[in-house]
Amino acid sequence: MTLIKTAVGRRSFLKSTAVAGGGMMLGFSWLASCQSKTEAEVLAMPKEWFEINSYLKIGDNGVVTIIAPNPEFGQNVRTSMPMIVAEELDVDWKNVLVEQAPYDAKKYGFQFTGGSRGIMSRWESLRMTGATARQMLRTAAAQAWEVPVEEITTNAGVLHHEASGKSAGYGEMASAAGKIPVPKEVNLKSIKDFKIIGTSRKNVDGKDIVTGKPMFGVDYHQEGMLFAMIEHPPAFGMTLKSVDDSAVKGMPGIKEVVTIKSYKDDFAKGGFDTNAFAEIVAIVGNSTWEVMQAKKQLKVKWKPIEAYKETVTGFGGNKQVKNIPAGLESTTSHNAQMEALAAKPGKVVRKDGNPDAAFKNAAKIIERSYSAPFLAHNCMEPMNSFAHVQGDKVKIAAPLQIPALIIPTIAASLEIPAENIEMDITRMGGGFGRRAYSHYIVEAALISKQVNAPVKLMYTREDDMTNGIYRPTYQATYRAALDENNNLTALHIKAGGIPESPLFANRFPAGALDNYKAEEWVIDSNITIGAFRAPRSNFMAGAEQSFLDEVAEAAGKDPIQFRLDLLKRAQENPVGEKNDYDAARYAGVLELVREKANWGKGDANVSRGVSAYFCHSTYAAHVLDMTIEDGKPVVQKVSCAIDCGVVVNPDAAKNMAEGAITDGIGNALYGELTFKDGVPEKKNYDKYRMIRMSEAPKEIDVHFVQNEINPTGMGEPPFPPIFGAMANAMYQATGKRSYKQPFLGNKQILG
Amino acid sequence: MATYNLTINGKEMQVDATPDTPMLWVLRDHLNMVGTKYGCGIAQCGACTVHLDGVAMRSCQLPVSAIENKKITTIEGLSENGTHPVQQAWLEHDVPQCGYCQAGQIMSAAALLKDNPNPSDGDIDVAMNGNICRCGTYTRIKAAIKTAAKMS
Repeated sequence: MTLIKTAVGRRSFLKSTAVAGGGMMLGFSWLASCQSKTEAEVLAMPKEWFEINSYLKIGDNGVVTIIAPNPEFGQNVRTSMPMIVAEELDVDWKNVLVEQAPYDAKKYGFQFTGGSRGIMSRWESLRMTGATARQMLRTAAAQAWEVPVEEITTNAGVLHHEASGKSAGYGEMASAAGKIPVPKEVNLKSIKDFKIIGTSRKNVDGKDIVTGKPMFGVDYHQEGMLFAMIEHPPAFGMTLKSVDDSAVKGMPGIKEVVTIKSYKDDFAKGGFDTNAFAEIVAIVGNSTWEVMQAKKQLKVKWKPIEAYKETVTGFGGNKQVKNIPAGLESTTSHNAQMEALAAKPGKVVRKDGNPDAAFKNAAKIIERSYSAPFLAHNCMEPMNSFAHVQGDKVKIAAPLQIPALIIPTIAASLEIPAENIEMDITRMGGGFGRRAYSHYIVEAALISKQVNAPVKLMYTREDDMTNGIYRPTYQATYRAALDENNNLTALHIKAGGIPESPLFANRFPAGALDNYKAEEWVIDSNITIGAFRAPRSNFMAGAEQSFLDEVAEAAGKDPIQFRLDLLKRAQENPVGEKNDYDAARYAGVLELVREKANWGKGDANVSRGVSAYFCHSTYAAHVLDMTIEDGKPVVQKVSCAIDCGVVVNPDAAKNMAEGAITDGIGNALYGELTFKDGVPEKKNYDKYRMIRMSEAPKEIDVHFVQNEINPTGMGEPPFPPIFGAMANAMYQATGKRSYKQPFLGNKQILG
Repeated sequence: MATYNLTINGKEMQVDATPDTPMLWVLRDHLNMVGTKYGCGIAQCGACTVHLDGVAMRSCQLPVSAIENKKITTIEGLSENGTHPVQQAWLEHDVPQCGYCQAGQIMSAAALLKDNPNPSDGDIDVAMNGNICRCGTYTRIKAAIKTAAKMS
């Protein structure tokens, strides 16, 4: 057991209201009504709920409601976070109901879904939540039975006192427990005593999903609400000039056409207030279809933007100045610009030893360049939000990743106090970073204010795909110096992008080489970018791991052994002090995947590629097996090893790794968004290639390193390295290296 | 605007809509049956899949005027309480991640199994290729379809 102070989390244990008269009944919100419960189960609902802390209510019959604090976008935190609470509370998982928290920073802290930080950041506080509640229940029982609290044990929701033979369900003690002060310190379970964490539990929303219950933002319904859609500029580098709504005003079901400006002129933007199209037109009507028809008839004139600078404040108050150029950009000119900058010296971010001398003395130099295009997130649920502005108050219900960071924007744009914003967090139909930039909520709120009615705003797929916040386009050049014995003596990375550099200067192989140099460059753009599943890593992993594969081959070494040798050096005698990875854990996933994939003993007809990467505090390695059938790559199997510390819900974590692998293969082979004169050249799935069933791996075999390290990221880490595994397997299959994503380009046939 | 008599999930329903209104929006906006999802509007993603007289169709391309006298089944009506073998198999394999595309996936899978109770991998690829899942749950979907085939 670990004794921990609860002070860190005490603010989280605020109660919503005083527990008066021995208990309280809390009403269920719209979202909470969407529980996976049959009628019979609902009948077993308690008559009375007792609030123990802001995350926990215990019913008089022992049923426990655990509040899931973070937004859910498919990473399954609505199951795994309550599992952590239930573990320390020591209840039977069968008696647990899960309720989604609304936005409430006072009660739930930073409700953030992104950066694979969910479980990592809440691990201790959620355990403490359960443990303090258990302690309060034990204290209540001790007082009732007049015995020492130390003698009270618990098991699956029942309190016992062995000496007197007394026992009581949590429900019987919940009222009294609710009145007991939160303990100043509590014991946490030893990991070996876990009964719920580390065992696979089904998605608590599974039944609602397979039966089509309302749960997503687009499903939100309020009587009398209107439907809205937007019209944004057709090209980046354009803005609103004027609107002619004469053809639209009389159309069936159309109520109003309004223009909105998402930000006040003096608004100090946060790092997630990215929005290329802050001035747009909205059409509001009685139904989606009628609004869609009017959208086709609306006549809007656009004009070119002028260049501007903006200062945005990111996490930790870091201010960043962004230069937004005027002009209509195209992929062809982007590529030429990137080539030109890649040929010039960049900004040196890290230098170890004397790389220039090592290259000068090299027996062999390998230089290869890699590139990747812009990508659209393509969440299956397009951006949307419900908003109802009434006077100086607003009710929001929306799918979003970081509620707290859009609150100041909504408040400023509506000119209302932040505390007048009530926000339900709906399930997201995918996020992948896109819904960290929730300008669509501000838009919905401004539309509601103008039309003075509850409004549900929804983007069409075309609006969604052409709205920006893309994964940037990147380029990286790797150079390796080898001596006459084929030893790697120096590595030089120069990487850049539009409008962001993908470089992580302190990641492997930094630290494993005496001579190392990392440089970067950036090209400004008016095309907006944002986080996309494992930002920057999603490009660098593929480039780095493809390059190491090629260097290993040139050095005549097995690609896994070559990486392990470098990691051994980094572990035993690291170069530099800023290396941001643990070389032993890194090697651990390579060793595990080598064993599980039977590396070296594969089928001669199957081509294999290996890749490993570290990001979001987690280590992941893949071996990808493929064949070519009718000229197309067929992924037969992906073996995967992950070290993310303690795995809370193993089958759900496997699901996420399987998804990351499939999503990564799809983006590696097909993902691409190009531009011509500022216009995105793909607007829907007829042109934008997504991976489909027939192209998915036939088998995925996921393994976790078993240890007792606190959990780290899971949603993103298996994604970046699969790009490298795919490229390396394709080389084995075709004899040709892949340097440019998407690897299959517009042609779908290899070779 | 015209009045249409529809049979949805075995129930008679009446809606007032313009003739070209796709069933997707009739379901979602007029009837507040939101299990059927919008994903692309051009029959490329499969999120809006329903059954029309037992055949899987993209409801974003089905004008309400074309479906009178035909029976529509949506995810809400696939079974009484999530007991259809495909739904059961989906739960057994814990298929969904975000879940948004899954109603469409399930409707496509249920239609496949009705016509072909024992599909091969190739049959599944063909029948399910029109349903996109960005979360990448395809391997579980395929496994669940095979389980459902055994259960049926």
